[in-house]
Amino acid sequence: MTAQILFFYFAGVIIASAAVAVASPNLVYSALSLLITFIHIAGIYILLNAEFIAAVQIIVYAGAILVLYLFVLMLFNPKQERRYLHGQRVVGLFLGVVLLALMLFATFRSEVLEAKGNFTVASTRVIGHTQAIGEALLTDFVFPFEIASFILLVAMLGAIVLAGRGQKRRPTPSAHMPRQAMAPQARAGEGVGTPTVGVR
Amino acid sequence: MVPLEWYLSLSFALFAIGVVGVLSRRNIVMVLLSIELMLNSVNLTFVSYSYYLQSINGQVIVFFVLTMAAAEVALGLALVIALYRVRGVLNVDEINLLKG
Repeated sequence: MTAQILFFYFAGVIIASAAVAVASPNLVYSALSLLITFIHIAGIYILLNAEFIAAVQIIVYAGAILVLYLFVLMLFNPKQERRYLHGQRVVGLFLGVVLLALMLFATFRSEVLEAKGNFTVASTRVIGHTQAIGEALLTDFVFPFEIASFILLVAMLGAIVLAGRGQKRRPTPSAHMPRQAMAPQARAGEGVGTPTVGVR
Repeated sequence: MVPLEWYLSLSFALFAIGVVGVLSRRNIVMVLLSIELMLNSVNLTFVSYSYYLQSINGQVIVFFVLTMAAAEVALGLALVIALYRVRGVLNVDEINLLKG
């Protein structure tokens, strides 16, 4: 009973804050309400006996990814969105509802075959969730683990190359050049006359 | 005891909200945020099936999805910054040239 009450609390907050995140015109508000979504998804993971996943969810999603999004959003100072296709919001909402209906139909019409593994709640309590995941990650999944580390390396190098490109080509003293070129005329009291060399 | 279908319904509702966000928002950062929402719903499906089938493989796959999400965010936001530097736009509808 307690689990059901907790599930309804978490599910309600997740759906509401995700809807706010998608619908809010202010981008910083939507990023912050996505933070609420991520934290409550971590609560759902705890209900599902996956404590380590919940901790990783909070650290990686709420801690790293969302901070990166907020950083970029505040870097750009985004303005109001302009729309070129009319009725796009209605069509998007309709397609989302159709997709949800299809997936719910598939969920309630299908049944899970009873082929259960040996990773029960009792065995998790004996050896601990972190150790169980670590053993699986470094024995059965060691090759995908190495590939994942390589993907992270490529992403890091790519982000450095992409975001840092064009930094050296920017002419540094361009803001001061016209003022310096106009300084003699301003001192002579002529005002802004014919442009000299260097004035754009 | 919460049945499996409730968790699946929750995660599918989250996925549908993410799809609506990708289809209706026009800011490229918001499109990336909605993709994060969909990745979270996939993670939720994996963890709930892992709980009900009593297998840890689903939770290990969640780690790889997390890795992909982190890489996608880093590369995607770097691309957004590079795009903004070249074109000065963030609207998806205005990004329609292959050569900047």
